[in-house]
Amino acid sequence: MKDAAAIVGIAESEYTKWGQLSRCTEYQLALETIVKAVEDAGLGIDDVDGFASFSNDRNEAALVATDLGVPRFLYAGMTWIVGGGGACAAVAEAAMAIACGLASCVVVYRSIAMGQFQRFGRALAGDVQGVRPQDAALGFALPFGLMNATVGMALIVRRHMHLYGTTTEQMGHVAVTFRDHANRNPAAVMHGRPMTLADHAAARRIVEPFGLLDCCLETDGANAIVLVSPERARDCRRRPVYVMAAAQGSGPRFGAGAWAMQYGPEEDYATGNTTPLAAEMWRQAGIGPRDVDCAQLYDHYTGMVLLQLEDMGFCARGEGGPFAASGALAWPDGALPTNTAGGSLSEAYIHGLNHVVEAVKQLRGTAVSQVPDAEICAVASGSGIPTSALLLRR
Amino acid sequence: MSWFPPEMPVPAVTPDTQPFWDACRRHELAIQRCTGCGAFRHIPTPVCWRCRSFAHEWVAVSGRGTLFTFGVVHRPQLPALASIVPFVVALVALDDAPGVRLVTNVVDAKPDELRIGMPLEVVFDDVTPEVTVPRFRIRRA
Repeated sequence: MKDAAAIVGIAESEYTKWGQLSRCTEYQLALETIVKAVEDAGLGIDDVDGFASFSNDRNEAALVATDLGVPRFLYAGMTWIVGGGGACAAVAEAAMAIACGLASCVVVYRSIAMGQFQRFGRALAGDVQGVRPQDAALGFALPFGLMNATVGMALIVRRHMHLYGTTTEQMGHVAVTFRDHANRNPAAVMHGRPMTLADHAAARRIVEPFGLLDCCLETDGANAIVLVSPERARDCRRRPVYVMAAAQGSGPRFGAGAWAMQYGPEEDYATGNTTPLAAEMWRQAGIGPRDVDCAQLYDHYTGMVLLQLEDMGFCARGEGGPFAASGALAWPDGALPTNTAGGSLSEAYIHGLNHVVEAVKQLRGTAVSQVPDAEICAVASGSGIPTSALLLRR
Repeated sequence: MSWFPPEMPVPAVTPDTQPFWDACRRHELAIQRCTGCGAFRHIPTPVCWRCRSFAHEWVAVSGRGTLFTFGVVHRPQLPALASIVPFVVALVALDDAPGVRLVTNVVDAKPDELRIGMPLEVVFDDVTPEVTVPRFRIRRA
């Protein structure tokens, strides 16, 4: 798997607050962004022969291939990794298809226009269909108000606060740092909206310990990413970014129940469930956390970023709060500039695929907040659930 | 009378989970236990994740537990719940079913009173004539 595929094209649509995409359908936005990413690579749609997506994508690959007139449609992958956990896994699916020779040019995509559909990450009684295992699981969640990710992740983060003394102010450093990054990024939904620690502390409570500014944005927008073989990548327009390592899955029992993670082993509870994936990636790549120049971590909730930093070994278990408060995540001088475009908290919420796009920009040397000479970037998808992660290098 | 408005969803009952909800109806807390290795498990499933036995029984437990973690909901997803905010969603570790935690609510308590590790006890909430769900309250000496 190591270096067996390269990212050669990326694209992002305009980002808006949720429900504000009105000029076209979510599906058209997906198609436009795929075309844009293929152009970015210096390729044509006739070169594309595969697609990969995640999290029950409404915009089915077979329709995408049909409507774009893909002449040879050889691969369609959609990972079972749930919710926001799947973005890195979809990139891995594409890389695997290329490495195994199933396809030669695979596009990963995600388009979201929540005003045209249900808002993401929540469930209600109407989502119960009968006797599927997930229906049983919802029966142990919905009647108690565990109806969305905010409640599920608040439970995990509260336990982390109890065990390690993590504070809401430390979470505020995550929010403010990523907002600072977004204010350098004109494409970010929160560009031009500065935030202070006092703003963070004063924001209305949503589900304690989280206030409004601990929760990611809900936005409309799309991303697409084009992968080819390393040989082919040499002939593309952009500097290739190689998939150095990829992991997807979970520690034990994280998939039990709705919003998962409530029934796992006690020693794993106050983690982001990225620990086993990180270990697998370090093994594949033959490097360690100190070799990473920047990170793009899944910031659905500020507190969960702290757990993912610990899981991946960027700091010790329980040290995520002090690490963030030390300024470690800030561009340009932090030890590990993280979510350098603003992340889901302040750039846009494209279910973590925008994190992969920003990683590619960093490794091309074209990021707005460029980490000098960045060679290796770690990317991780939704924590607290079965998830996925990547190491990318230039 | 329930602690929650009638708009709160009621559990979907499947063949795997029916014994749990039937027991609640009798105001008993019953947890699935593997008869192969003796381990308790929750949520109910057809197979033991430790020993892979499909044989199991249902064991009534005391309903005593401790607070493992909790969240305080101020902005509920369901508009009907706005009348009762803030309310507490909790994870409770059961005293006599090792390793088992229940997602539930802590009722009749102010959020400020709650401390992780504090003792709790089950209280049954008959939310409809047919459905009862287990919630918890502070166990006071």
